Amino acid sequence: MAATLLDRPRSDAAPNPVSKDQTRMPVSMRLRVNGREHRLALDVRTSLLDALREHMGLTGTKKGCDQGQCGACTVLVDGERKLSCLSFAAMLEGRDITTIEGIAGVDGTLHPMQQAFIDHDAFQCGYCTPGQIMSAIGCVNEGHAESEADIREYMSGNLCRCAAYPNIVDAVSDAKAKMKRA
Amino acid sequence: MRPFHYARAEGANAAILSHQALRAPRDQPAVLAPAQYIAGGTNLVDLMRIDVMRPELVADINAMARSRAGKIEATAQGLWLGALVRMAEAADNAEVNRNYPMIAQALMLAASPQIRNMASLGGNVLQRTRCTYFRDTSYAACNKRNPGSGCAAIDGVNRRHAILGVSDQCIAQYSGDFAHALIALDATVSIEGPKGARALPFAELHRLPGETPHIETNLMPGELITGFLVPRLPWAKRSLYLKIRDRQSYEFALASAAVALDMEGETVRAARIALGGVSAAPWRARGAEQAITGQTLDDDTLTAVGETAFAEARPHGENAFKIELGQRTLARALRQAAQLEI
Repeated sequence: MAATLLDRPRSDAAPNPVSKDQTRMPVSMRLRVNGREHRLALDVRTSLLDALREHMGLTGTKKGCDQGQCGACTVLVDGERKLSCLSFAAMLEGRDITTIEGIAGVDGTLHPMQQAFIDHDAFQCGYCTPGQIMSAIGCVNEGHAESEADIREYMSGNLCRCAAYPNIVDAVSDAKAKMKRA
Repeated sequence: MRPFHYARAEGANAAILSHQALRAPRDQPAVLAPAQYIAGGTNLVDLMRIDVMRPELVADINAMARSRAGKIEATAQGLWLGALVRMAEAADNAEVNRNYPMIAQALMLAASPQIRNMASLGGNVLQRTRCTYFRDTSYAACNKRNPGSGCAAIDGVNRRHAILGVSDQCIAQYSGDFAHALIALDATVSIEGPKGARALPFAELHRLPGETPHIETNLMPGELITGFLVPRLPWAKRSLYLKIRDRQSYEFALASAAVALDMEGETVRAARIALGGVSAAPWRARGAEQAITGQTLDDDTLTAVGETAFAEARPHGENAFKIELGQRTLARALRQAAQLEI
């Protein structure tokens, strides 16, 4: 496999002038997802979302709007919640990516946030749920889940068209206490 | 999405060199420039996917975050906000919250938490308009996207469009929030480019649409924002950003006001006012600042200040409500700022 972008020598020199053919060549990259290294050769246009779903078989992360408006594709990058649909996969080499598949314990014990969503019936159709849960974990870790109003404001990037919002707020509030104990 | 070449730049010089590898004519509209910088990607990736922006080269400048462009510093001259700092980091920064609350609020009230974790401050001020005709390539008429083609918004669905600073060629709204705080506080913008480094008053970064709405800023091809310097202003502690919108969160402004007041008892000694959600570019309301100086904030004064601020408003039908909404937003922001305990 060709050298990845990270393997190439670092320099202040300009890259060679672009030719149209080069843009069609797959780019080799290494992505670390849920602690596991994936070596991939992808069209440079591939979003992190498509890389996860179509090339790594990690379909837990959902594609809602694909334009950064719904939050269904939320993942953690180095612990911070981000939108995988607005990230080119190539930009995330060397970063730690966590998806919904990577938060349960090795023995299968659910993450406190996953368990809280079940306990509080915080979803109906479930399509937005992986994004809600990843965003909620980020929200608690940022310290932005201190009150109900806080949770509503700092979860506003995740839409739920079933409108399970009151139960989502309860779930985040509950899990916050349990995450502190964990 | 159209194919492009991706280059990761290790610093500003490399980024600028890679930009120059695709030499752009001086008068080329930014939207058609063959090389674009990417940091957070929240605006560029979206616009590439909907085919509004079509770069052949995308230069990733995130490595610049290791330089001063990635830092927030309280200096003797004022507050330095590096261009690669993320919106969320600046919004949560203690120094920003303590001494420049309008900046923290303008950032925190914008976008969503995920986007604030991604979007850089430099990219934020350069975000493109949300005009639906600009964003929808099935409309041929957009002078920003397709110079000379006309403006579909002037006689179209324009409830959200600008009423200040507009022209007969374009009524697109400048959608950002943070930029209004920067213009109110007399910030300067630091720029690096093919011809070296320079600094520009923030008020001179953006251009009003006029006859050339496709030229949105005074950045030369290849130039790159490295950060912003907000001069020290002790009374900026008495400042706020008030944002009125259709939804309570995660929504662009219909009207907003960035205000700072220097009070002597009940009297306004000096004021800074910028207006968002209503303007074609970051908008400093100097006339309103003068109208309020030396006054007390009674109803008559606030009415007069609002009238001054919107005296040049040019509505186009559906957005006529923004005059009164903008005046009320400004009046409320001024009242709230006067009452702040600092």
